[in-house]
Amino acid sequence: MKNYKLRDYHGASWDEPLIMEVGNKGERGIIPPWADQEIREAVGDAAGLMPGPMLRKSELKLPELSQYHVLQHYLRLSQETMGMDLGADIGEGTCTMKYSSKMHELLVRADKFCQLHPLQPEKYLQGVLEIAYKFEQFLKEISGMHQFTFQPGGGSHATYTNACVVRKYHESREELKQRNEMITTIFSHPCDAATPATAGFKVITLMPDENGYPDLEALKAIVSERTAGIMFTNPEDTGIFNPKVAEYVKIVHDVGGLCFYDQANANGILGIARAFDAGFDACHFNLHKTFSSPHGCEGPATGAYGVRKELAGFLPVPVVGFDGEQYFLDYDRSDSIGKVRSFFGNLECVLRSYAWVMNMGEEGLRMVAETAVLNNNYLDKLLLEIKGVSRPYAEGKRRLEQARYSLEKLKEDTGVGSEDIRRRIIDFGIQGYWLSHHPWIVPEPFTPEPCETYSKKDIEYWAAAMAQTIKEAHEDPGYVMNSPYGQPIRGIKDYSAIDDPEKWAMTWRAYKRKFRNK
Amino acid sequence: MRKKLGFIVNPIAGMGGRVGLKGSDGSEILKKALELGAVPESPVRASQALTRMKSIRDDIEIITYPYHMGQYEAANLGFTARVIGKTAENETTAADTEEAVKAMLEMGVDIILFAGGDGTARNIHDVVGMKVPVLGIPTGVKIHSGVYATSPANAGDLVYKFLNKSQKVVLKEAEVMDIDEEAFREDRVSARLYGYMKVPYERTLLQSAKAGSSAGEAVSMDSIASEVINGMEEDWLYIMGPGTTSRAVMDKLSLKNTLLGVDVVCNKTLLASDVNEQELLTLLEGKKAKIVVTIIGGQGYIFGRGNQQISHRVIRRVGIENVVVISTESKILALEGNPLMVDTGDQEMNKELSGYVKVVTGLGKYMAYRVTY
Repeated sequence: MKNYKLRDYHGASWDEPLIMEVGNKGERGIIPPWADQEIREAVGDAAGLMPGPMLRKSELKLPELSQYHVLQHYLRLSQETMGMDLGADIGEGTCTMKYSSKMHELLVRADKFCQLHPLQPEKYLQGVLEIAYKFEQFLKEISGMHQFTFQPGGGSHATYTNACVVRKYHESREELKQRNEMITTIFSHPCDAATPATAGFKVITLMPDENGYPDLEALKAIVSERTAGIMFTNPEDTGIFNPKVAEYVKIVHDVGGLCFYDQANANGILGIARAFDAGFDACHFNLHKTFSSPHGCEGPATGAYGVRKELAGFLPVPVVGFDGEQYFLDYDRSDSIGKVRSFFGNLECVLRSYAWVMNMGEEGLRMVAETAVLNNNYLDKLLLEIKGVSRPYAEGKRRLEQARYSLEKLKEDTGVGSEDIRRRIIDFGIQGYWLSHHPWIVPEPFTPEPCETYSKKDIEYWAAAMAQTIKEAHEDPGYVMNSPYGQPIRGIKDYSAIDDPEKWAMTWRAYKRKFRNK
Repeated sequence: MRKKLGFIVNPIAGMGGRVGLKGSDGSEILKKALELGAVPESPVRASQALTRMKSIRDDIEIITYPYHMGQYEAANLGFTARVIGKTAENETTAADTEEAVKAMLEMGVDIILFAGGDGTARNIHDVVGMKVPVLGIPTGVKIHSGVYATSPANAGDLVYKFLNKSQKVVLKEAEVMDIDEEAFREDRVSARLYGYMKVPYERTLLQSAKAGSSAGEAVSMDSIASEVINGMEEDWLYIMGPGTTSRAVMDKLSLKNTLLGVDVVCNKTLLASDVNEQELLTLLEGKKAKIVVTIIGGQGYIFGRGNQQISHRVIRRVGIENVVVISTESKILALEGNPLMVDTGDQEMNKELSGYVKVVTGLGKYMAYRVTY
């Protein structure tokens, strides 16, 4: 492990109040002028144009601040966060935190894009439809699938779309009543279980075998004429690529089920392995992960969902088509599942992704995968030198673009666990890492992913910070447990303030109030 | 006000194991163990647990029994211990354990940490029941009860966090198993479900207080109950095995439930309570049925530990395809990848039950899990 001088990072701490607590009554950022006399006379009673029930009865509570104070408030808050542009986000495994080119923002903010309205006549949307259509061709080439939709607003949304397509497929063959079971794996994203459940399926989860692959014997034992399909990731969050994935596909196909490839973890296989070639019927990509559209802050995102031609008829409407001369939106699809979202997609994600692929080129895409895998294996070597870190499953086998580690030994020896280490490394200017989806199969987990953006130095620094923190845990466990030390918020002592779904699950409360009279 | 930790060490627990004997209950076995060079291990492991609480030494009062039943271990680590009761230095019995625990309860302990095997757990259960939380430090040779931490260090951490009122530590009910000593030494394992005690465990961050708490477990169990009840067919018998998860099904149906025994339900009404094998076979004549079982104890058994009434004959009559296994996700995960176990008393039946089963873990939720014998 190389010696690095670790930064003594101290975050800004503004103790900023809520915006409703700032400002003064009557203070305004903009005072719009009255409309001209002529206009006022022509319109008459403007409030009367609003449908009665939509008119507010009480006064609107908005913050009252000058422009200067609005700017100051949000700048201060932004200083208290550590986005990936500031702190190396190597720790955020499964998210693929790669650099989002700021050049893309010039495209996205250009009037010719951002002033478009999706309900404009298609003849005035040709430019953006062309980009969507051409990007679809890229994804077809990359995955082998025959048609894509960009309507889903995220990865889970794409897997939900798949569950709906599978449902419609079996319904069209009058087998839906019989086929009510969807299979997934515990190391796939939880949405591969949650979204088919939302679509009405029973969900059966496969556990890992001793090597970390989904138990193939278990799959053979549980498939039947009740199987609608399987939805899973490869490589899974452990980073282990399953070379037998085509066998799983065959087993499900043999009983008449459909196979979906959740490609959230596509960064390590771009240009190297294709969903179609393994026999999958459908797949998706996260444009905000693999394809560089910014990731985080609740979107916007896109789950690009692609299918074989046999399933294309079920895709949500509209799909972007080209008749040789004009691009158009195709609504004429009688077998479609309908809409999963309004309009036809978060096109800003598509635009950025398109620009990214155009910049990379075919060779570039493959280089992305190779660099990501190389980076990860280098980090892996450095991490496994640290006493207290272990990497369960498939001993001696390489990982692809990410890996899951365990700090179980450290916890046993010192009482310091993964959540504690995660808090302390922030003091070195590093974003807190990703642990694992629930439930934790691997105890005291962490899952880094040093994608192609990060340099050798970035990786070495990250590993050095982990080594230092873990060393501190051995020498003075209490110090690490009470970290961080230089940040606006210390450890959370009282979870009850933020932790109670009865209080904070707003939609649940609204539901209870409206439907349960509580 | 200082927290009170009841600390009790069964110094002879675990002595048999190292020298190849099973268990160390009974003075005969103990003598043999000592002759073979056995050394008390329990006190060492108990100390390993206590070490983890050193930083709060001044904030807790340890209440413990004399000599190696806790006094020495506490003193060696610098804890202030209140020593209660009397016992001979080199001989400790089950009666000593029970006396100690009775006194601790009277003194208002917040939790009892004990070092010992299933036998010790049973002795403590007889006095404590569900009155205060307990936690076992694994030291005994045979541990079938579910009231233990995964290691001495883990036990120390959990009690430390519990006493510090960490919101990450919540309570769950765990099984106390009663192993037939004689049978065990003759290589036969015969265990019955003895009772339940409250045990702390640590929920992980981002799991809400409600999801991870015993209230959260109750929600899980309720959704399992919904799945089972939704699938109940008219005129079929449902043989409900013991355990807290089965109890959730019975509670949802508002039926009286035998926590430690087997009940039979038909058309969502209670047909029979606390039945034995013969009664089951009689009820089954000419009927279709399903068996609903859950994991009993810390070893992952779904048949053969605590539900022997559901014998291989009963299973044969009902049909293996009609066995329904139910369990909360957390209980399955506590197996740490080890398979579910069956011991029906009939090797053929054990073999047939082996393979994979779809465990009901919630409403419309299943886990494909390995079963072996």
